Amino acid sequence: MEPLIRVENLVIRHTRQAFGGRASAFTAVDSVSFSISPGATLALVGESGSGKSSLARCLACLQPATSGGIWFEGRDLAALPEEKLRAVRPRLQLIFQDPAASLNPRWTVLRIVAEPLLIEGRSPALEREARAAQLLARVGITAEYLQSQPGELSGGQRQRVAIARALILQPALLILDEVLSALDCSVQAQIANLLVELQRAANLTYLFITHDLRMAAHLAGEIAVMSAGKIVEQGPAGKILRDPRSSQAQSLVQAAAPEAELVEAGSEP
Amino acid sequence: MRRFLLRRVAHAAFLLLGVSLLAFFFSALAPGNYLDDLRLNPQMSSERFSALRAQYRVDQPVALRYFSWANALLHGDLGFSFAYNAPVAPLLWPRARNTLLLTTTATLLVWAIALPLGAWSAQHLGKPTDVALTWATSAFLIVPDLALALGLLVLAVRSGWLPTGGMVSVAFDEFSFAHKIRDLASHMVLPVIVLVASALPVLLRHVRAAVAEALDAPFLRAAEGQGIPRRRLLYRYALPAAAHPLIALFGFSLGTLLSGSLLVEVVMSWPGLGPFLLEAILARDVYVVIGGVLFSTLFLVAGNLAADLLLYWADPRIRTEAEAR
Repeated sequence: MEPLIRVENLVIRHTRQAFGGRASAFTAVDSVSFSISPGATLALVGESGSGKSSLARCLACLQPATSGGIWFEGRDLAALPEEKLRAVRPRLQLIFQDPAASLNPRWTVLRIVAEPLLIEGRSPALEREARAAQLLARVGITAEYLQSQPGELSGGQRQRVAIARALILQPALLILDEVLSALDCSVQAQIANLLVELQRAANLTYLFITHDLRMAAHLAGEIAVMSAGKIVEQGPAGKILRDPRSSQAQSLVQAAAPEAELVEAGSEP
Repeated sequence: MRRFLLRRVAHAAFLLLGVSLLAFFFSALAPGNYLDDLRLNPQMSSERFSALRAQYRVDQPVALRYFSWANALLHGDLGFSFAYNAPVAPLLWPRARNTLLLTTTATLLVWAIALPLGAWSAQHLGKPTDVALTWATSAFLIVPDLALALGLLVLAVRSGWLPTGGMVSVAFDEFSFAHKIRDLASHMVLPVIVLVASALPVLLRHVRAAVAEALDAPFLRAAEGQGIPRRRLLYRYALPAAAHPLIALFGFSLGTLLSGSLLVEVVMSWPGLGPFLLEAILARDVYVVIGGVLFSTLFLVAGNLAADLLLYWADPRIRTEAEAR
């Protein structure tokens, strides 16, 4: 089957220039390649600083790639001009780690979710809001919260709103950038289940970015382990969890093991 | 809403009380007073001198003087000017009006330039255009107001295009209405330029920083990722998000309407509060000085109050917070 998104030799380099000094380059993502089939989930796992978020921002067209190609639904995003890109953007949506920052703090929940519909052209405000309310109900935000501001919601509720905002444009691909890591454990499980449910219902494709290998294995069929900007290991989730080859994957498996936490807690004097 | 307003007004009244106390006692700390110079006059008898001291209550302790002055102030009386031998309030009003004409024009101009230019600069952060603008405004920041004012005056004298001081021409009263407006406007050009040039760089940088920070916020990134057009991103998302520090700054710039142009007025001989207060300070005409200080404070307090109300109106979060309390 033709993959929904195919990334080839993607390189993202940040240049920094101090005043009067020489420009220094830092390679955040170093020739990364992968592809995801429609309806599938690829988990990208790595410790912080491994280039996961740079990759996410680049795939969502928020940051240009230094070189390489991103083919999405048959088009090379890196080569598209801004006006054409705008037509593609609704098809691939990014959800951020911290919903407290990614939702406009001044607006009501209903407005936040209804706003993206504006880009589809003129439709009556009532109709937009009805669609937003419907979608919000589907992600578990009841009518009593529609006029609340993000500050009045719990972390889990905020992330539900962020998911609804991403889904309202009916995307094909969701890039989930550490969407669970700002949440409590019990809420994490709820949101993870919601994501699975939504994926089944709308045949969504996920790129699930996380540092939590267990959660990655729970949600994704395939896992790619990233370290220092490179993918060091890639394979079926079960295989990586049972038999990690690279040292980076091994340390992630160790960190994810429940015994590890107990041993660490027990060794405290 | 009413409680929010009441608390702010009480706060403002308290501040005014403090400033009036400080202004009064600090000016009392300065050695000598207006009457001391009269003593040097050989034609003045010591009886006459004592009578004057009693008349102006200079012989009373400072606390007593403060209370009688504050009491008069509450009845709308700002005290008496030694030098002009007249009540202070009617002296201050027309000069304050002249100052406000100058500063209001300049302030409106500064904001009208800084908002779009700063937002534009923030959008092109780090690009050559933005860097060029930053350098240009830095240059303005370095040039002292005084040098700028003097330079412009030299230009005006050499070219003869613009009047070099004052507020109106000598024959102003005989002009037709349209001619009067034109005359006044031509006199305003130079001082307004100096005021704009001195305030613009700082404000521009604040706007640029505030908008740049807002543009970098994840919720804006999310909107950008959804394909929301640039203009809408800038004006409906970024500017409201950046409004918080800017509204506070706007309140402050309202507050400096009376006191911000003192130097320029003196140099350009604009008949506003600046030259008047300078003269009063040199002559130790204390009630005029205190009146001027109090007036400026009143503006500062009112400007901050206006900023608070604007914030209350602009930011729903503040509204909920204030109502919850």
